[in-house]
Amino acid sequence: MLDAYAENTLRYFPEKCINCRRCTQVCPHGVFAEGEDRAELLNPRDCMECGACSKNCPAQAIEVQSGVGCAWAMIGAALRGKDMDTECSCGGPEGSCCGGETPEEPCSCGTEKREP
Amino acid sequence: MIPATERTPATAPACACSACRPERDLPPCSGPAAGHAPEVRIATSVITGKNRWDHFLARWGINRMGRIVAPGLYRLGNPTADSPVFASANYTLSFDVLRSALAGIDAWILVLDTKGINVWCAAGKGTFGTAELVRRIVVTGLSGIASHRRIIFPQLAAPGVSAHEISRQSGFTVEYGPVRARDLPAYLATRTATRDMRTVRFPLADRLVLCPMELVHVLLPLIAAAVVLYFLAGPVAALAAVAAVLAGTVLFPALLPLIPTRDFSMKGFILGTIVTIPFAAAFARAPGLSGNAQIIAVLVPFLIIPAVVAYLALNFTGSTTFTSRTGVKKEIFRYVPVMVIMAGAGTILGIALGILRLAGVA
Repeated sequence: MLDAYAENTLRYFPEKCINCRRCTQVCPHGVFAEGEDRAELLNPRDCMECGACSKNCPAQAIEVQSGVGCAWAMIGAALRGKDMDTECSCGGPEGSCCGGETPEEPCSCGTEKREP
Repeated sequence: MIPATERTPATAPACACSACRPERDLPPCSGPAAGHAPEVRIATSVITGKNRWDHFLARWGINRMGRIVAPGLYRLGNPTADSPVFASANYTLSFDVLRSALAGIDAWILVLDTKGINVWCAAGKGTFGTAELVRRIVVTGLSGIASHRRIIFPQLAAPGVSAHEISRQSGFTVEYGPVRARDLPAYLATRTATRDMRTVRFPLADRLVLCPMELVHVLLPLIAAAVVLYFLAGPVAALAAVAAVLAGTVLFPALLPLIPTRDFSMKGFILGTIVTIPFAAAFARAPGLSGNAQIIAVLVPFLIIPAVVAYLALNFTGSTTFTSRTGVKKEIFRYVPVMVIMAGAGTILGIALGILRLAGVA
């Protein structure tokens, strides 16, 4: 009941997997493990939806609605009437980059279009 | 700052785009960099006292945009055409942790323009991305400097870059190194990362280092609230405001894994309730309170302080290494209304109590 993190948007289609093992290299939470002839979904509940696996899967065998779980940015977006899903994504060990800390938003030009 | 509505999602042009601020080092849209040889900068592995002072200031959010490293190619030690190439972000802390971890190793460091944001955040935003990398390879003339076609990336760049796309667009092969730069020497010995090297953790030291920034974020509202409370409700109330904010920004990160339940808001409610106890006790003993007024005086801190701590706790999600967007969104919809109702009811009751006391009723 009191676990908002029990479910996430990670979807794995093992039949598409070509066993390149990229997902096992990029996942920071050991969600995928190397298998005999395809990657195995080991700890789906630990997924933080960073999107590293799906972005680096050459066979499109992984889907995830990536984004960073930052309440500060999402609440800020909601209060300003913006879409909670497309606003600033931030977080990580170097400290929060949301809110008022980032004085300059990088212009989107030249940055990548995130997968929907 | 460009309003989000005006930021149109663009598909990765590997050249200067007129909609952005002009960048001098970008080639024109028609083709690769022509003419003069690209500059290669010098880096060392030494972290000086000034560097350490800079890191300290960065942790307090002071001169945030002064922590930018010039993007481009750096020479560390005496690299040859065969030496490894490492990619990094142009944030001082990211660059410094890489160059110091590579002490004694001759290497090239390719610093991407991530707008002064660290690797993981920039990857999440897409600024540490395939397009920027491909462009930076062209701008620096890396293909002519390195004889091989292999770049070692920090693992945490992976949310921003697509290894197979980079190979397709630039001919360079992506190798994902370990999460932490300090594991690089061990990684380079075998060119394989252990499961431990590939896993992000969030130990006490990593959590505590974030506290100053968490505190700086809420310092102004805190001072304002403390001053107002001091004059309206006395020094204990002002102290309660300080305690609530310290609980949410310092105690909460420190105790994170020890507080029961998994949702950050619920953890915050629990921590906030414990922090409230001494203040509620102090308010209950305030002189001249009638029975009903005493109950209200106890109720007010129990409504406001846990709500404030829970809100600050929820906002810490953005600084952690493991909260998913789906989960945080669920938390927002589930708990923020409760926080608002609690804080609102507490404030109304507090004001009512003040009016009653002024009127001499309570």
